[in-house]
Amino acid sequence: MSSVRAIENAVGVKIPANARIIRNMLHGAQFQHDHIVHFYHLHALDWVDVVNALKADPKKTAALSDNVSNAPWGGANYFKNVQQRIKTFVDSGQLGPFTNAYWGHSAYKLPPEANLMAAAHYIEALRMQAKAAKMHAVFGAKNPHLQSLAVGGVTCVKDLTPDNIAEFLYLWKETQDFVKNVYIPDLLAVASFYKDWGAIGGTTNFLAWGELPGSDQEPESLFMPRGVIMNRDVAGVKMAEQEQVTEHVAHSWYKGEAARHPHKGETAPQHGEYDTSDRYSWFKAPRYDGEACEVGPLARVLVAYGKGKPEVKALVDSTLKKLGIPVTALFSTLGRTAARGLETVAIGDAMEGWVMELVGNLKNGNTQTYQSWEMPDSAMGVGLNDVARGSLGHWIEIENKKIKNYQYVVPSTWNLGPRCRAGKLGPVEEALIGTPIADPKRPLEVLRTVHSFDPCIACGVHVIDPDSNEVYKVRAI
Amino acid sequence: MKEEKGFYERLAEKGVSRRDFMKYCGFLTATMGLSSSFVPKVAEVFAAPKQRPPVVWLHFGECTGCSEATLRSMYPWIDQLVLEILSIEYHETIMAAAGHQAEDVLRSAVKKHEGNFICVVEGAIATKYDGAYGKIGGRTFLEIGKDVCSKAAAVVCIGNCACFGGIQAAAPNPGGYKGVGDALGIQTVNVSGCPPNPINFVGTVVNYLLLGKLPELDWANRPLFAYGKTIHDQCPRRSHYEMDEFVEEFGSEEAAMGYCLYKMGCKGPSTYNNCPIVKFNGGTSWPIQAGHPCIGCSEPGFWDEMTPFFESQ
Repeated sequence: MSSVRAIENAVGVKIPANARIIRNMLHGAQFQHDHIVHFYHLHALDWVDVVNALKADPKKTAALSDNVSNAPWGGANYFKNVQQRIKTFVDSGQLGPFTNAYWGHSAYKLPPEANLMAAAHYIEALRMQAKAAKMHAVFGAKNPHLQSLAVGGVTCVKDLTPDNIAEFLYLWKETQDFVKNVYIPDLLAVASFYKDWGAIGGTTNFLAWGELPGSDQEPESLFMPRGVIMNRDVAGVKMAEQEQVTEHVAHSWYKGEAARHPHKGETAPQHGEYDTSDRYSWFKAPRYDGEACEVGPLARVLVAYGKGKPEVKALVDSTLKKLGIPVTALFSTLGRTAARGLETVAIGDAMEGWVMELVGNLKNGNTQTYQSWEMPDSAMGVGLNDVARGSLGHWIEIENKKIKNYQYVVPSTWNLGPRCRAGKLGPVEEALIGTPIADPKRPLEVLRTVHSFDPCIACGVHVIDPDSNEVYKVRAI
Repeated sequence: MKEEKGFYERLAEKGVSRRDFMKYCGFLTATMGLSSSFVPKVAEVFAAPKQRPPVVWLHFGECTGCSEATLRSMYPWIDQLVLEILSIEYHETIMAAAGHQAEDVLRSAVKKHEGNFICVVEGAIATKYDGAYGKIGGRTFLEIGKDVCSKAAAVVCIGNCACFGGIQAAAPNPGGYKGVGDALGIQTVNVSGCPPNPINFVGTVVNYLLLGKLPELDWANRPLFAYGKTIHDQCPRRSHYEMDEFVEEFGSEEAAMGYCLYKMGCKGPSTYNNCPIVKFNGGTSWPIQAGHPCIGCSEPGFWDEMTPFFESQ
């Protein structure tokens, strides 16, 4: 979407309302899908001890489930079956993807019953996410790697039929029911055992380009607003300007030392040794007005909260109240994971309105999905958006109707980039400082914070024991 | 037979009837190009074997889109694939272990199952600068590939990157990326696409488990059951091509009527895949259905050979 927007910005084409709405529907489906997969399949096992679920009493688990969630599955028999399925799996001696993890680690705090409930929903969520992906495919052709976007609009005009719209709505409803009745209750149930993580893993500055335009007025109409927060001053949120972005390479494996705006960006690789005092990463280090910024669900939710966006503010306030934790607890690993769930609810709720807006247009005979355009000889363009992982920007320069320079700054570069020329740490580097680690050889706690950023990378993390100075290499995958 | 009963009971608990299951097996058998007499045998493969076949899944230069595509498998559901059909010993994205513990899993799985595991590779291998562009746990993709692939019973490449280098290998290819077969000089089965349809991956694996051998392959080592015909030859819009009825602008009346996308740059005539028949995400849609020209993503070197995507060649 960013690449399409960058070219649209360069060639100066405004897309029709239907194209904007369909893109929002596609993007909303992507958010719902990605956040479910992240919570259950890429992050939950940092908090949930699957093996410990074997010790659970299915009856008590059913009671717990009835008490905290409105999940469509439950009852002692259901949990007994799930437990049996896990037992058969464990007894087979083939633990597959669960082999050699940190099961039994002292940092796991859930009682067996909560572990069993979460493990059951891990399995259910595997199926739910495939359905959410199906929703994306209705107008997107396939998921992943949708293929119905074009510069000027969307290509799927033939698909705008009542049966397709009904299928999309049905899948949306099933997904949003899951989000509200299973995902959020699970999130709250797990969080209530890990409140201390509301003071661990926080960062300082936050950037959101914003996403989901309600009209052709951008950024004013963005459902998740654009903004930047410095020094945790949420109330002092300011408009974010792409001109303030630079990428540093002083500690990265690229030629030179210069920090450049992406329109002047260069990507000239020069691999060297891994040396944390010099160069140590393939990532460049993006900075906003010279500062490292966290991007992603927490940044988006904080910006929306600071701007007083009612849909988001109400959700955040009620969640903090339910958990009995202060607003400052948002600046943490727990806050990041909670923000992801809350924006899934907010965006999911907005999706129905978009579908109805599309239906209204079609009813009135407005079926325009595309605006034609001409490629200029030369032009510059910027495409900004916020994807599930965070703020994404593409910068293009066109010369002789061809790409002269193309740079993108992606969420994981913002979050996982190395130090800049001024030596300031990247957000994940900062977030990991002070993380309590019970057993340096089994640093489960490090995974919690790294995974909470939803890194799009098999990333390298190095933990140093302050007493022995022994370096433990920990790969968070 | 006791095991089989358990399997169907579990299916029933999940709301999948024996009839649905056999229907799926029939669908898969047909996708694989086998006669209907194979349906019960295909079902056997899924009937909860005592020892699930071990799979080691490597990630090299890629975007994990092929893993994501596999996660979307609906028949069989991904939880069955992971918990009951295969034993995914190593897979960076879904495994719970990390760091040293994860690398230990790889070493011990390869040792324990040497000569017996299926190695699935996702992603291309960097060959320049001794492979310095891609390292995991201090070892280059090249080193890991040489070590692990040579000990596998079979190497299945999933996605265009592992098969042919994908976008990493597109000009100017600074990292010297190559497909796995090329980089290591070995025979691989290439389940190509960006991403491939998970059913073609499952079909390849089932073929192996069922017949004890890999499926018949084309010149680019792609299974013929999936890549034996062009998109064009199977395209539901083919009659519009024959009638000279073409889309010349997205969103146009012709686009709304589902005319042929050839003039919009469709690469269907030179692309081998079964997208029009099996479609994606449980048979929901595929690019041409959504009005977008085929970009030829299952062909070798498509980023260089098939571009510009929106111009006819």
